[in-house]
Amino acid sequence: MLKRRSLIASVMALGLMGTGANMALAQETTIPLISKGFQHQFWQAVRAGAEQAGQEFGVRIVFEGPDNESQVDRQIDMLAAALANNPPAIGFAALDSQAAIPLLRQAQDAGIHVVAFDSGVASDIPVTTATTDNVAAAALAADKMAELLGGSGKVAVVAHDQTSATGVDRRDGFLNRLSEAYPDIEVVTVQYGGGDHLQSTEITKAILTANPDLGGMFGTNEGSAVGIVNGVREAAREGLVVIGYDSGSAQQGAIRDGLMAGAITQNPVGIGYETVRAALAAMNGEELPEIIDTGFFWYDATNMDEDQIQAVLYD
Amino acid sequence: MTEATTPAQPAGQAEPVSFFATATAQRLLAFASLVIMLIGFSLASPNFMQSSNMIAILQAASVNGVLAIAVTLVIITGGIDLSVGTMMTFCAVITGVVLTNLGMPLWVGVFAAIGTGALCGFASGTFVARLMIPPFIATLGMMLMLKGLSLVTSGARPIYFNDTPGFDQISRGSVVGQVFPAFPLPNGVLILFAVALVVAFILNRTVLGRYTYALGSNEEAVRLSGVNTAAWKTAIYTLSGAIVGIAGLLIASRLNSAQPALGLGYELEAIAAVVIGGTSLSGGRGTVLGSLIGALIMAVLANGLRVMSVAQEWQTVVTGMIIILAVYADQLRRRKTG
Repeated sequence: MLKRRSLIASVMALGLMGTGANMALAQETTIPLISKGFQHQFWQAVRAGAEQAGQEFGVRIVFEGPDNESQVDRQIDMLAAALANNPPAIGFAALDSQAAIPLLRQAQDAGIHVVAFDSGVASDIPVTTATTDNVAAAALAADKMAELLGGSGKVAVVAHDQTSATGVDRRDGFLNRLSEAYPDIEVVTVQYGGGDHLQSTEITKAILTANPDLGGMFGTNEGSAVGIVNGVREAAREGLVVIGYDSGSAQQGAIRDGLMAGAITQNPVGIGYETVRAALAAMNGEELPEIIDTGFFWYDATNMDEDQIQAVLYD
Repeated sequence: MTEATTPAQPAGQAEPVSFFATATAQRLLAFASLVIMLIGFSLASPNFMQSSNMIAILQAASVNGVLAIAVTLVIITGGIDLSVGTMMTFCAVITGVVLTNLGMPLWVGVFAAIGTGALCGFASGTFVARLMIPPFIATLGMMLMLKGLSLVTSGARPIYFNDTPGFDQISRGSVVGQVFPAFPLPNGVLILFAVALVVAFILNRTVLGRYTYALGSNEEAVRLSGVNTAAWKTAIYTLSGAIVGIAGLLIASRLNSAQPALGLGYELEAIAAVVIGGTSLSGGRGTVLGSLIGALIMAVLANGLRVMSVAQEWQTVVTGMIIILAVYADQLRRRKTG
């Protein structure tokens, strides 16, 4: 019995050693990216971009993230394990920046360059943040809205949040662009559905009831946009210009079916790519901007099957 | 170890002796696996065996370890507790409400966490022992109720403990580090060991402990011998809940915030640690030390694979294999000795 057990154990130990030897042979720079999620398509797209940059610049990328965005402590454990290897740089998308600060400070003391991605860390530790310029992206949505409405009409906004940075930036980017460039477009209301499909649906139906002459609606994230589509469908309203944000199969389906005019997608591949590039730049002592804009795209039924757009869409 | 390697005992006296031998051997087995893993990972990665990483592992094991100890009590009675993850979160949220929203002193928050846990455990125990709801269902219901209550109580937002200086020291601070600056073992780890010692004492040296094992072995016999099984079982669930409250304190202190959406899935990790540690899911058998080692094995595994930069998909596969391997090894030994 003991023999069998020790056999299992030695096989295991051998396996571990084997992998270790392989790694020792490779001896290349490894940059860990600790993300907010893992199996979600958005994060896998970020990972693809990071690995693309890794291949290009000859560094190894290790991409990790907790199963869901509530597991703050798991993310901290991942960060701790990544720091144990004393990498030259690390990419980090904080679930809760406060909880991570003691470890990030430890990284800073050890001379590890921290590059924030997707969402910022409320501290001066990261050398830069690779993220979407949400204000500019929402302004593009405003331009498209004006174009599709012919420069005049009434619009409403269903936003996902009034406190988070993304919620505020997207709302204000859209509203400010409209008020600056398109004086004939009137914004009748901005309401908040928490990014929840059902809540956003109910809000949309209420807005449609209150404004029979509404020309267009903008949803600031996936949940808000899908909620608008559902509301429009349930209210059987036709001829409304709906513009969404982010990707997801429901939203893509709505665009194909003509219920949604188009949407803004972030560039998760670009987020991953730029994070790695910034990490290498920091290692070389280069000066980096506070924010690296990773870009965004407008997609609609006419271009969503193009390779460039398909690369940044996710289900 | 020697007892375990000798061939099976004569049938007549096999019962008591093998019982003892299995428990001891299992503990040694789990411990040996832990040591083998530590050696394996040290050989695989030069960065693994350094004091800061060992501390990171212990810290990662502290919450799961305390949860595993809590659920060990319930499992020994032949039950199961699926609610420990969200119960931990609920205790953390209540602490947040007490300390941050109501501005109470630190010690009130500590008692609130443990008291809330005990109350939740008492509720689970009552459902199981008095209302005769199967533990799986009763604690599944509790799991959902507590998840919902955490979100309701906190307004679905994290509650931060910035106004309570010292709260984060419960888990992050280091009393050991003040004495031995070279090895700043976090207090959270000390609390894990303290909980383990106290619960091991209760299980081995008190009436409550004796009934815990007895209920898991043969509840009917215990009842027929005139023991109020419902009361004792409720007491065990209550104690288990209080320990979950300590886990709630540990996680809230470590994150310096109560994260209301967290917790789901933690119960399965705790149960996995218990099983790796050799506690039988059919009840009547199990040790605190085993569960402690089980939690350490899971933390070493997670950390070691990460330090080796194994792809995350494969980390999950390996963890699953280890759980099956551990229980299989336990079965083999039992067939030999039992």
